[in-house]
Amino acid sequence: MIEFLAMNGYGFYIWSAYGVTAIVLMLELSALRSRRRAVLEEARLTVPEDALDATGAAQ
Amino acid sequence: MASDSLNWFRFSSPATFYPLAGKMIPWFGWSAALLAAIGVYVGLFVAPTDFQQGEAYRIIFIHVPAAWMSMFLYVVMACWSAVALGFNTRLSAMMAQAIAPTGAVMTFIALWTGAFWGRATWATYWAWNARMTSELILLFLYLGVIALRHAIDDPRRADRACGVLTLVGVVNIPIIYFSVHWWNSLHQGATVSLTKAPKMAAIMLTGMLIMSFAAWFYAIAVSLARARTIMIDRERGTSWVSAVAGAAR
Repeated sequence: MIEFLAMNGYGFYIWSAYGVTAIVLMLELSALRSRRRAVLEEARLTVPEDALDATGAAQ
Repeated sequence: MASDSLNWFRFSSPATFYPLAGKMIPWFGWSAALLAAIGVYVGLFVAPTDFQQGEAYRIIFIHVPAAWMSMFLYVVMACWSAVALGFNTRLSAMMAQAIAPTGAVMTFIALWTGAFWGRATWATYWAWNARMTSELILLFLYLGVIALRHAIDDPRRADRACGVLTLVGVVNIPIIYFSVHWWNSLHQGATVSLTKAPKMAAIMLTGMLIMSFAAWFYAIAVSLARARTIMIDRERGTSWVSAVAGAAR
């Protein structure tokens, strides 16, 4: 196990590359998820156009 | 006859594309996860040690797919921008907008993994050679497009401005691609090319291709998911968005 992680002395470079890639992809996915929740919440608070009458008041 | 066939233009409207994209995302997402798991396994456990670079070459399994995607996504973004500018279509501009952050992520990963690979094999994290400098410019192009979008309040004006910037930036793509061919530098030449037999062992190539497909499917899934978010945001106030938002409660 230790031998595998050491990667013949290249462990630091390999795990920095693989680790940061995993972290960056996780960050992208979590940012996307929270953005999706935010726009859905905002959309829920917006009254749709066709629910308004000619004067712009909600029916 | 023609009217019986599937009308693809039906999906050019956000209201009809939204549910279609929603059905596609899990397929691409889970395929990406599965392929990435196989690819990482092949890359770290199955592929043999390189006789020149030792274990350090294993960074290739991330570096090359990410670098390919960074260029390819830019071309796709530019195509959507061209369609949006030419036909003034909303959905095309939204697709271009949705791709930019994933393109920036792929470019960052290509640069980051390249830096560590470079440190391990050339003893330097960074060199101002053509390949690396033009890839860094690609990152700035992605970030520039995203920043320009946020700087303009009217989304339709932002579409046009970002579209023009994206199209101007396309000139950078052939520079990145051919840079190792045009200028001799620290960065090695292409390991895999369309015109020559690959200069690597079959199992290494297999691992790299699996990771490339993983990157492809990841980018498609994430771009579609982001496009859906953009559609909800920009079409807010329409009845279809209200219905979607109500159902997602």
